[in-house]
Amino acid sequence: MDIFANLALGLGVALTPFNLMMCLIGVLLGTLIGVLPGVGPVATIAMLLPITFNLNPIAALIMLAGIYYGAQYGGSTTAILVNLPGESSSVVTCLDGYQMARQGRAGPALATAALGSFFAGCVATLVVAMFAPPLAEVALKFGPAEYFSLMVLGLVAAVVLAHGSLLKAIAMVILGLLLGLIGTDVNSGVLRFAFGIAEMADGIGFVTVAMGMFGLAEIIANLEHRGAREVFTKKVTHLWPTKEDWKRIWAPVLRGTCLGSALGILPGGGALLSSFAAYTLEKKVSRHSKEFGKGAIEGVAAPEAANNAGAQTSFIPLLTLGIPSNAVMALMIGAMMIQGIAPGPQVMTERPQLFWGMIASMWVGNLMLVVLNLPLIGMWIKLLTVPYRILYPSILVFMSIGVFSLSNNPFDVLMMGLFGLLGYVCVKLECEPAPMILGFILGPLMEENLRRAMLLSRGDPLTFVQKPISAGFIIASVILLVIIALPQLRKKRAEVFVEEA
Amino acid sequence: MKIKGQKDFWAGLMFMAFGLFFLIWALLNYQMGSAVRMGPAYFPSVLGGLLAVIGLFVLIDSFVETGSKVARFHFRPLVMILLACLAFAYTLKPLGLVGATALVVFISALGGHEFKFREVATLYVVLVIFSVLVFVKGLTLPFPIWPAFME
Repeated sequence: MDIFANLALGLGVALTPFNLMMCLIGVLLGTLIGVLPGVGPVATIAMLLPITFNLNPIAALIMLAGIYYGAQYGGSTTAILVNLPGESSSVVTCLDGYQMARQGRAGPALATAALGSFFAGCVATLVVAMFAPPLAEVALKFGPAEYFSLMVLGLVAAVVLAHGSLLKAIAMVILGLLLGLIGTDVNSGVLRFAFGIAEMADGIGFVTVAMGMFGLAEIIANLEHRGAREVFTKKVTHLWPTKEDWKRIWAPVLRGTCLGSALGILPGGGALLSSFAAYTLEKKVSRHSKEFGKGAIEGVAAPEAANNAGAQTSFIPLLTLGIPSNAVMALMIGAMMIQGIAPGPQVMTERPQLFWGMIASMWVGNLMLVVLNLPLIGMWIKLLTVPYRILYPSILVFMSIGVFSLSNNPFDVLMMGLFGLLGYVCVKLECEPAPMILGFILGPLMEENLRRAMLLSRGDPLTFVQKPISAGFIIASVILLVIIALPQLRKKRAEVFVEEA
Repeated sequence: MKIKGQKDFWAGLMFMAFGLFFLIWALLNYQMGSAVRMGPAYFPSVLGGLLAVIGLFVLIDSFVETGSKVARFHFRPLVMILLACLAFAYTLKPLGLVGATALVVFISALGGHEFKFREVATLYVVLVIFSVLVFVKGLTLPFPIWPAFME
């Protein structure tokens, strides 16, 4: 079997002491920062990204992937113990996880989350290994028209998943696309929207944007209200789920894993959609559906498995098509570009070691999470009790150092400040930053592919619907948009997000 | 006409401002080209126009649909946090990591609810030692440690 040979190659790369070390550091750092309330994976990755600049590409990506899982895992810990989702995908974990903690069952809830995630991680790693190569082969046949339409679909999906107003989400995507165009135009060499500032020639760094919009804006918004948090620290006594718990969680974990793996592959999918869908499904099929929202262990097991599976399979579009399906993947693409790797189907054929090494390290990272985190849980809980007034100046120091080190120039920090301001305004006006980040990354790619497609078709825009694959993507986007624009579904969508908020 | 959705009203205005800015700036300064050979102004002006139109819709929506009011802006954390970052960036070279970190920590701490000098000072010392060890010694970032006048 090819898969096993490939996975063996990958394990060979991932298990070298150095890479293992990087994976470990990534997982630890990711959990460490992810556990801090109010710091999600996007902010965590953005903050820690500069650490990876000095590493070789493989080690850097392995470490980043580790940070991602770590942050995700840390997010569920916060959700269960403090009722504060560290990130949007652990929102549903709050519902039942926190209730379990209040009933003194924080231990089993945490263990369920960890074990469910690990199981899902193992399955999802196999899914990635199986589906990535054939998809990459298809992707190699993609022309500019197909790429353009696929990106349209990805952006539409991001809009669908955004909270609140549809129009505002679309506007944020377009704003992101526009901001992404700042800098030198590759085709003509013209400097666009640079206002004579030399530092703008290469455009605005996406790390700068992400740190401002997510990191800074979050800190400022958090400082608005005095935090009185109730942390269940002393009640975590026994970790291991009871026999009864095991009986109740295996099926939800399995269902969550399948659902998450499938939804993660979709553009715009990933951890958030997966965890929501899994919770809703579980609530429908479970025999204990009355207990949901009051501390049902299924309500922790299913979404946790699903979000981890989704988080992993969302690497598939990234690795095969070079297209990020969510904000975290947008950061990963940025990281790859900084390392001089053009994301896309050629990565697998040209740099098999990198590709398979990364996939294998996903599994290794998940294993580390379980092995480390269950014993270390006491330490993470201690971190939760650190007051925010200590945390945020520290986060600011690291963010400033990180952004400054991007090009050793105060200008980047200035830009981070401006985006922090924009981010804060967006929080106040209920405009989601996540679609904007996606647009920001895709802006130049979209323009490039649009230009090529139009050149090839001699200026005929019908090319996007005449090519079958491209037409498929466009039709899917239109259907998605129409569906959510329908009045009934609009209401339902609003309800879902109300529940979430 | 009464504004019913304050958030949408301002968001609409913001999007329109951004959209019109990109549209006009692109049209004035760069070449449009044609659909076959798109110039540097093509994509941004189309997107800018689209953004302005959507902004207009959001704006119109704010007169039709009732929405919540914009929550109060808290200027103290906003100003202090932004100031802290900028202070760090522009004093790192003259004052070194030791000086710049002091500025971030103290200024940002002033943006919070309570300011206990001893606690902040302790935090500062810990952060400086950590940053010097990890970033300058460990990751060999080319930052000066001490202020330039002390070197």
